[in-house]
Amino acid sequence: MPTLDPISAQALDDRRDTPARRAWARLSRRKSAMAGLVVVIALILIAILAPLIAPFDPAKQTYTAVRKAPSVLHWFGTDESGRDLFSRVVFGARASLLAGLVSIAIALGFGMPIGLLSAYRGGWVDAVISRFTDAMLAVPFLILAIALAAFLGPSLSNAMIAIGVTSMPIFIRLTRGQVMGAKVEDYVEAARAVGNPAYRIAFRHILPNILPALLVQATLSIAMAIIAEASLSFLGLGQQPPAPSWGSMLNTAQRFLTQAPWMAIYPGAAIFITVLSFNLLGDGLRDALDPKER
Amino acid sequence: MTTDPLLKVADLAKKFVAKRSVFGAPSAFVTAVDGVTMTIAAGQTLALVGESGCGKSTVGRLVLGLIEPSAGRVECDGQDVTKLSAAELKAFRAKAQLIFQDPYASLNPRMTIGATLDEPLMLHTRLSKAARRTRVAELLDLVGLKADQARRYPHEFSGGQRQRIAIARALAASPKLIVCDEPVSALDVSIRAQILNLLRDLQQRFGLALLFISHDLSVVKHIADRTAVMYLGRIVESAATADLFKQPRHPYTQALLSAIPVPTPAARGQRRLLAGDPPSPLEPPAGCHLHTRCPHAIADCRTRVPALIATADGHATACHRWEDIGADGYAQAVEPPHSPTLQRLIDAFRPSA
Repeated sequence: MPTLDPISAQALDDRRDTPARRAWARLSRRKSAMAGLVVVIALILIAILAPLIAPFDPAKQTYTAVRKAPSVLHWFGTDESGRDLFSRVVFGARASLLAGLVSIAIALGFGMPIGLLSAYRGGWVDAVISRFTDAMLAVPFLILAIALAAFLGPSLSNAMIAIGVTSMPIFIRLTRGQVMGAKVEDYVEAARAVGNPAYRIAFRHILPNILPALLVQATLSIAMAIIAEASLSFLGLGQQPPAPSWGSMLNTAQRFLTQAPWMAIYPGAAIFITVLSFNLLGDGLRDALDPKER
Repeated sequence: MTTDPLLKVADLAKKFVAKRSVFGAPSAFVTAVDGVTMTIAAGQTLALVGESGCGKSTVGRLVLGLIEPSAGRVECDGQDVTKLSAAELKAFRAKAQLIFQDPYASLNPRMTIGATLDEPLMLHTRLSKAARRTRVAELLDLVGLKADQARRYPHEFSGGQRQRIAIARALAASPKLIVCDEPVSALDVSIRAQILNLLRDLQQRFGLALLFISHDLSVVKHIADRTAVMYLGRIVESAATADLFKQPRHPYTQALLSAIPVPTPAARGQRRLLAGDPPSPLEPPAGCHLHTRCPHAIADCRTRVPALIATADGHATACHRWEDIGADGYAQAVEPPHSPTLQRLIDAFRPSA
């Protein structure tokens, strides 16, 4: 065997240029993705530090200050029971972000392995899983989520489970389709010829190549989940009053849209900004994870 | 050559399901490989040539145990490949490797070259992480790439470099047999010569046996010790390469050889091309598969399958009439086809030893 010259041996030791670092460099080069990342981190901090940021108790009712317009005292105004809207938006970030992130984590965490199994095993396993997802997709998303949440009982965590399970079929389908495409690629056969066990082919060779599509779907689904939580809260199946969530605030606000538009504007803007930043971050991540991108 | 061949293939057959009924029961088959028998000795190259769709790639996959044969045996290094347990199969993967036609498609686009080369080492050796890294650098050096290129991704390399990486991957676990499935068909001519030289060098260095699958006879001539010609799933002729090129016995081989483009117009006159297209493998003709297109076919050819019979010199032919047509056939036709361009390039790129 030829021996290594010292320069190239040293080059191999160079850890600065790892794939992860190169991916980070690609991400940081994308301005919109970085903006999305900053906002997402800020939102998470707001949710965690809510008690420190909010000037008022979000549940405290003040009947002397009902539906007041934004002022120096109440930055975002007050709602129909005189609660401070800014404090409610700040505390609402907890429920909404949890609903978005946890439910999609559930959907992705279960949907992806099931889809992988379905495509990889084929045969009756695939047939059973596919028919099952077909059946779930045949029922409208929100109806199924409501039914499931009602069955589990009204609470925020049950709403997250309901939304997560209901969003799962999309991920099963998407993963299955992507794996079907990837598994006939030469590099997968090459991985088999090299002697990789099935699980390693699935997780090391196929998964990284189908991840971008899943990532984009996940960011879109987070938006859907936040809005679904709003609908469930409106029906009393999500966040339990008086604890706030953006969705439930929006639903209350629609009755006062002409008299107190600020009740809808601020939680609405919060949802809009959150969804937008997740989408920007998702797009950026998809590009950053592709080694072919600059 | 050595007494006991490294690879012994006997009566190998593979049927693929072509159509299924509504309930999923197979209703039509394609016989991609139909009774292939061949051997490769350690350190030798056997070329498997034929048109696209004749089953040569399927033979390659069968030999490696990547697909299950419908019938027949594949014996490699004393083991029956078709009957390996999961653990034995894993060990076998270290011994027999595959190089693909399209090097880009065969490399995982999201893995660095280093990670791709590390994989067989991790799976088949007990080397430490640091030792594996050194070995990856050695492998890259072996195929003429730089060690610091291990951090790069496949798309950062040219076609020829990618094929070198694929070769390095095949070599990583120190195999005894490499199946090369059209390894140079996707490369342009100058790169082709470099890769062929590299393969030959490495073969001599490590005593590798190669199963070289190709449709390009001019390439085969440069690399193979023996050549087997396939037509519709069967081997029709098999002989030492020089012998086969000088004295092709089977009408199909003769036609194949005379179809190689010849640079001198004077020699072009005596082409013996076959009429028509290959029949559908869904309904192959009875008897000799070639009888529908063969100018020498007699009644016997339409009913009786010719056996692959070897003469004393090891030249095997599956034709009822090869002794009759041999003399008036190819012998006086053109001089053995030869690609001077490729030969010049091969010489040009050969490292001056």
